[in-house]
This record gives sequence, C-alpha cells and structure tokens, in this order.
Amino acid sequence: MTVNDVIKLLDATPLTCEDKLDTEVLSACGSDMMSDVLAFAKTKCVLLTGLCNPQVIRTAEMMDIVCIIFVRGKKPDEAMIELSRDMEIPLLATPHRMFSACGILYEQGLRGGTEHG
Amino acid sequence: MADVLEFTYEVSDEDFTRAGEASSDVKKKLKKLGVSPDVIRRVSIALYEGEINMVIHANGGIITIRISEDSITMILDDKGPGIPDVEKAMQAGYSTAPDKVRNLGFGAGMGLPNMKKNTDSIDIETKIGVGTKVTMVINL
Repeated sequence: MTVNDVIKLLDATPLTCEDKLDTEVLSACGSDMMSDVLAFAKTKCVLLTGLCNPQVIRTAEMMDIVCIIFVRGKKPDEAMIELSRDMEIPLLATPHRMFSACGILYEQGLRGGTEHG
Repeated sequence: MADVLEFTYEVSDEDFTRAGEASSDVKKKLKKLGVSPDVIRRVSIALYEGEINMVIHANGGIITIRISEDSITMILDDKGPGIPDVEKAMQAGYSTAPDKVRNLGFGAGMGLPNMKKNTDSIDIETKIGVGTKVTMVINL
C-alpha cells in the first residue's frame, strides 16, 4: 500500500508534500497520545490522530512516520503545515472518525505491526 | 569520525510547541555523520522524550550530546523540582504531568521507561529543589 492508496481509501485530502504520496506504507498507528506513538509505532508507519498540534509532527519526525492522517476533518494550521514541509512529512485530512478510518485500513490488510495485529 | 564531537542545546520552557527542536537537530546531524538508522531512531526517541520531560517538568535546561568512536552520550541537565521517587517514575504508566500536558498528547507515564528501553544505559541524578541530570548512553 502507498500513501496514495490511503488517500483513496479514506477519501482524504492531501495538505502538504504532494511529491511524497507514492511512499510505501507497511503499518499503521492510531492514537491521540504521542507518548504511545513514541513507545509503539513501527517502521514505514502511518499515524492516524485526532490531535492537531505541532508536537504531532515532531513526534512523527522522530519516529520516521510516513504520513500523518488527521481524522474527523481536523485541519492543521499554517505553522503546522510549514513544519511538515520542513520535515517532508505529508499531512492528510479525512472526514472519517478514528475508529472507521482505522477499520477501513485494517480491512485492506494494513496492520499495527505487532504480534497482536 | 573525529575523536569526540560535542553539541550543546538550551531548551526553553516558554513555548511547548518548540519542544523537540534540539532532538530534531541532533537527528539531522547524526544522519549527516552516517550513523545507522537504528541508532538514529533510538537516539531520537530517547532524546525527544527527555526534551519533552524537561519542558513539562523542569522549565527547560541544557542538553549536551557527545559522539565518540564507540558511543553516543546524551546528558539532560535541568534546574527543575527534582524527582521525589525515581523508582516510581520509571514505572510504565506512572505520571505526574498536569492535564494541560495530557491534552497535548503527552504525560502517559511512558517517557522514562521508553528512554530506558531505547538506550544501553540510563543514569538519573536528582535532588529535590535543585534539579535532575539524566545521562543516557547508546553504544555504537
């Protein structure tokens, strides 16, 4: 799966870094707690979150997150968009809620990257 | 690589949105030096957790990074309130972070355990009312 596939599956709108949308995605992590993302996110992972602040992007940078998906139509502000461009991390916005967005990706074969799926 | 490279960062407490800038810069430097991706990831996680802790609990502080032939040492020195019970603070899920920090996505009590998990050694010197010095080493 690529970021472009994720966009189609989640009816998402790309907000930045449109040149990075063919990047491969191997796992996903859905959380509003950045502490948990720092403890559990795997490689080539997309992050689904309802949290919308610059620390989401910084956390994603530290974890080499492939792209960030803001659920329930949340929109990052200009400062966040600029930060994501600096970090070269695409930001997407999906109208789906967290549970549904995660479910759609899971249904298409994306997993959490742990032994529990 | 040169014998020992050293970088120092001042972490400010004024703006939580800037927390992580030092970790971000260290990550870029390590990439340029050709350090392995696995080590970069571990340094990034441990240092960013430490930097966030400094901002949340200690009104900022000083971060020193030493890179030698065989290890990367991260020293986080603050003049914060100190940690009353280090053993408790090391337990996963134990947190004293205020609600406003939790609303920002932190304070789940995963910071120190995660710093330990990602480093080869962690040493915490702390004194109530004086400050805390965390020294973490990752072997290369």
